[in-house]
Amino acid sequence: MRRAEIITAGILALFSVYLMWKSTELDIGYIKGEGPGGGAWPFWLSAVMLICTGFIALNWVRRTSPPSQSDDVFLDGYGKKMLLLVGGGITGFIALINIISMYGAMFVFLIYYLRILGRHTWAMTMTIATLIPVSFFFFFEALMRITLPKGMKFLEPVFNALNTIIY
Amino acid sequence: MMEILGHLGDGLWLSVQPVNLMLIVIGVTLGLFIGAMPGLGSVNGVAILLPITFLVPPASAIIFLAAIYYGAMYGGAISSITLGIPGASTAVATTFDGRPLALKGRASLALVTAAIASFIGGTVSNILFTAFAPPLATVALSFGPPEIFALMLMAFATFVGLGGDDIPKTIFSICLGLVFAAVGYDEISGAPRLVFFEITGFLHGVNFLVLAIGVYGIGEMLWTIDSTRGKITSTDAKMSLKSIISDSKEGMRRGWKGTAIGSFLGFFVGILPAAGATPGSLMSYGVAKMFARNPKEYGQGHPGGVAAPEAANNSASTGAMLPMLTLGIPGSPTTAILLGGMVIWGLTPGPRLFTDQSEFVWGLIGSFYVSNFFALVINIAFIPLFIWMLRMPFTVLAPLIFVLSVVGGYAATQDMHDVWLMLGFGFAAFFLRKLDYPVAPAVLAIVLGPIAEPTLRQSLLFSSGDPSIFFNRPIAGPITIIAIILIFLPLLKMIWTKIKPSKAETPV
Repeated sequence: MRRAEIITAGILALFSVYLMWKSTELDIGYIKGEGPGGGAWPFWLSAVMLICTGFIALNWVRRTSPPSQSDDVFLDGYGKKMLLLVGGGITGFIALINIISMYGAMFVFLIYYLRILGRHTWAMTMTIATLIPVSFFFFFEALMRITLPKGMKFLEPVFNALNTIIY
Repeated sequence: MMEILGHLGDGLWLSVQPVNLMLIVIGVTLGLFIGAMPGLGSVNGVAILLPITFLVPPASAIIFLAAIYYGAMYGGAISSITLGIPGASTAVATTFDGRPLALKGRASLALVTAAIASFIGGTVSNILFTAFAPPLATVALSFGPPEIFALMLMAFATFVGLGGDDIPKTIFSICLGLVFAAVGYDEISGAPRLVFFEITGFLHGVNFLVLAIGVYGIGEMLWTIDSTRGKITSTDAKMSLKSIISDSKEGMRRGWKGTAIGSFLGFFVGILPAAGATPGSLMSYGVAKMFARNPKEYGQGHPGGVAAPEAANNSASTGAMLPMLTLGIPGSPTTAILLGGMVIWGLTPGPRLFTDQSEFVWGLIGSFYVSNFFALVINIAFIPLFIWMLRMPFTVLAPLIFVLSVVGGYAATQDMHDVWLMLGFGFAAFFLRKLDYPVAPAVLAIVLGPIAEPTLRQSLLFSSGDPSIFFNRPIAGPITIIAIILIFLPLLKMIWTKIKPSKAETPV
């Protein structure tokens, strides 16, 4: 944990410097008749962020913050596995949206989570994995008139058929 | 006074007419579910259902839309408490204490407290609205950019001074939220700003819901699974009529102060043009924490932390109607749509509305009281359903929360770029949370940033760059000074604790 604290502070300091540099694309000073330039607000906020990372580093040296005193591992075996399986699962879900539509991706993700990670029965898995996308479809497309991504062209006939039900 | 009561009586009578009463019940129920759905808020509900109202007379139409608005204010709390994802921006602050209460198995206490606080907030604001509508609107209008910026500064200061978290990390979190709020087109010059790696998705800015859902829906869930080693099976939440009564008593005993603060502060912030229910609820949370006997309990699951923002968002939603009706200035995005509806119905909002369209105005005011009552009843009736959701095995609840987060992240702006951004925020929040970085201030800052920056720049433009404008105005001055004291409060506390033991050691 102690090492992660200082590495994170370093990354955040670099990020603050990047934000300061990026803010200078617009004027960061006071423009007569216009007030502070468009870059002033984010520039000075990023400067404060940089100063804060300095204090975080100082607290790390003085061992005053809880993470700087901790000898625990930042991410142990369980944490890494969880991040890979759960975090990876959500990433896969989002990646699938543009291919098999929001509703299709939802169906696949629910089967993955409920059956593989949750070890629920097939009956329960399939009931939830089917009911959720169907109810979302009617809530968003029919009631709220908000269209969610429909995926690639090959799914067009499916959604055309569904649209005839709701319109 | 008698004249006002007479008008109110007529308004109440109009709102309990069968058609209007039915519209109120449907509107409140629809609003409750729209508000509970992450990514959708009262603004979506009112905007989508506005065309339906052309089928009924204007008074019934506005009663229906106001009922949706009310229902959504109640509904926002439901997903904040049960799922840990704010249903709407107005319920962001409800997550801070509502979620910890649900995790402790006290979801029913949080839900009942939220419902009762919302009812009280709504009732107080209705009374204030009825009694003081026109003079209050004039006071609110005297708030210029320096006063509004001072209020924003105070909202941030309460987090720094009373957060109890690591100070540099809290300030970092606030500044990060404010920088994210600055992404997109600069409102004053119109130039693109902070468009990272020239990705065009950043041109429309970073929506606060994308950050809020990323932090609470994904980051918080990953952190919960990691910190509990995945051994959370379900929340021990039980519900019976007896428990509703005992939870109501406990919620009010521990949350009365928060309810009172939220009811009055929320109403006043709601009146301010361009403020509305979201800043109202966040500020009420901060102030309730400031006046709490033990501020450290806030954030750990204190009913006061649920009562304050919930009373405030309901109170502010009525407050926001005030400048809309009396001056024709909307106080929130939802009232802006309502204003648009009124113009389409052939009504002219402004001071003459109260005299020219007396029946319409008082019918609306009467419907506030009726909607508020029905929202409480319908909300409490649905609590067992929300509690049942919590009793689901965690391996069922977690994927549902992830699905809701992804859909909510998309529905907010309908752009896949924002869904990826939300995932990025979720992972970042998970890592930062492990290192004790408070994430709530960043969410607060991204919500208030679009108000804070323009008001600061306009103030400095008025004063030709002289910052003393925040100190020498009668309203802005005291607020700014209190905010600065709050920011330095941790430092003063540190000095005090260093002096105190040395005093104790001194022999008398």
